[in-house]
Amino acid sequence: MQEALTVRPQGQDVQLAGLASQTIAKPGNPFASFINFIEKTLIIAELEARKLRHDPTELLTRAVQPALWLLVFGQVFTQIRAIPTGNVRYIDFMAPGILAQSVLFISIFYGIAVIWERDLGILHKFLASPTPRAALVLGKGLSAGVRGVTQAVIIYLLALALGVKMNWNPLALLGVLLIVILGAAFFSTFSLIIACLVKTRERFMGIGQVLTMPLFFASNAIYPISIMPAWLQVISRVNPLTYEVDALRTLMLAGGSSSTGLGLDFGILIVSTALFTLIGARLYPTIAN
Amino acid sequence: MSILETEALTRSFNTIVAVDHLTLSIEPGEIFGLLGPNGAGKTTTIKMLTTLLPPTSGKAYVAGFDVVSQARDVRRVIGYVPQMLSADGTLTGYENLIIFAKLYDLPKSERQDRVHDALNFMGLEDSADKMVRQYSGGMIRRLEIAQSMLHRPRVLFLDEPTVGLDPNARRTVWDHIQQLCTQYGTTILLTTHMMEEADVICGRVAIMHHGIIAAIGSPEQLKASLEGDNVTLDDVFIHYSGDILDAGGTYRETSRARRTARRLG
Repeated sequence: MQEALTVRPQGQDVQLAGLASQTIAKPGNPFASFINFIEKTLIIAELEARKLRHDPTELLTRAVQPALWLLVFGQVFTQIRAIPTGNVRYIDFMAPGILAQSVLFISIFYGIAVIWERDLGILHKFLASPTPRAALVLGKGLSAGVRGVTQAVIIYLLALALGVKMNWNPLALLGVLLIVILGAAFFSTFSLIIACLVKTRERFMGIGQVLTMPLFFASNAIYPISIMPAWLQVISRVNPLTYEVDALRTLMLAGGSSSTGLGLDFGILIVSTALFTLIGARLYPTIAN
Repeated sequence: MSILETEALTRSFNTIVAVDHLTLSIEPGEIFGLLGPNGAGKTTTIKMLTTLLPPTSGKAYVAGFDVVSQARDVRRVIGYVPQMLSADGTLTGYENLIIFAKLYDLPKSERQDRVHDALNFMGLEDSADKMVRQYSGGMIRRLEIAQSMLHRPRVLFLDEPTVGLDPNARRTVWDHIQQLCTQYGTTILLTTHMMEEADVICGRVAIMHHGIIAAIGSPEQLKASLEGDNVTLDDVFIHYSGDILDAGGTYRETSRARRTARRLG
């Protein structure tokens, strides 16, 4: 006890020195909190990017499926002209759809990583840190975006090899980049919300499987909405994937035109990502219980 | 003033009361041990104090901040090492630390120094650039403690810090915990179900059983409170809780403890 008493004043100094530096991002003013939120989001994304750098094999194995869709499905359906795509070749029509699909498949199982981190105990440490919850959620979303962008590069190369007429305007490329990141952030956050609700890996896998295919088929990814039955048209109109695909089709293809409007596409993706991030931030801490 | 205080802190899960009106106060610079078998409510207590789990009723203050209404402030001044493995195996030791240095807003000019100080302090400087999945169990624990002290927390929570470690690694971790306390004046609250651990490093211990504190005091006081010679803390535990230590716990806790032990071994 005597020893503890003599140590204390010295210790207190060290603590104060440490604490002083921690007052930087004290909440209070909304602008400072917003900057803090952005900074922390980028740090979480950096963490995920570092993991990816250590083991990039995942990126290549992920590219197999979209390559098969383009090379097999795409080429066959281009030959038989079964799907009416106007004056656009079918392979051109579907390339943006396959990019959106590839981003969807990467993102929709993102939640499983959160359950895994919970089981390991990594999650608890992040939750006990002063990092804003919304930054933990959106940071994960951004890192799904990083994975999505690598898929975009691979699909651009494949499309080029298949003779798809691409739009190389830098602004259009920037637009594709943004849409891919937004789409990945949206669907990975959606996945994270499901993970927070179901809490176990087994249940999550089941639900993930159930969701993926309907999201994909009830969209304009591989056929135009106009050939769908009326009830499916309604579903595809509320499916954010439809707007992601529409924006990609507009920006990726030379002479591409939007059927829903690029402004609406961006608007829907931004608003729904923001909304899901807020919901995810509320649910995130409950997964640790 | 106490650095950590709880007033009738309670948490129930459905009908089970995991922590039952816990009232406790811990002084700055103490190493305080919460002792008890699996399922005694130790981890639930720590989760409430680290703001991970909202209490059902009662109050708790860490460094003067309310764990419910001032959770953000609490998180700035605490460090936490969960019972399970919390270091990321797919990153290097250095990366694990630098990310947390950033999350805790350490100024850019100090980050590198702090990270290297922490690696030195824990004897991990040579393994800084190795992937954590290649670390031994004891090294992982030391890295996790390094991670949790980067921002010089005023209170450090260690949940079963030596579970699954071999005796040598355990001693090294104990040494580091004690050094942390003397060198930085950090108050440490740890949980353990090992009587020896409590005896060696804790200034005071509380014996927890079925969510309540059965006895509290220094290990010497507790041992002296029983009659007879060669009284050990095990005897104290049996006396106060009327139970043996290995009472079990739930399936989930057991499987978690085993998994942690396996990964560390």
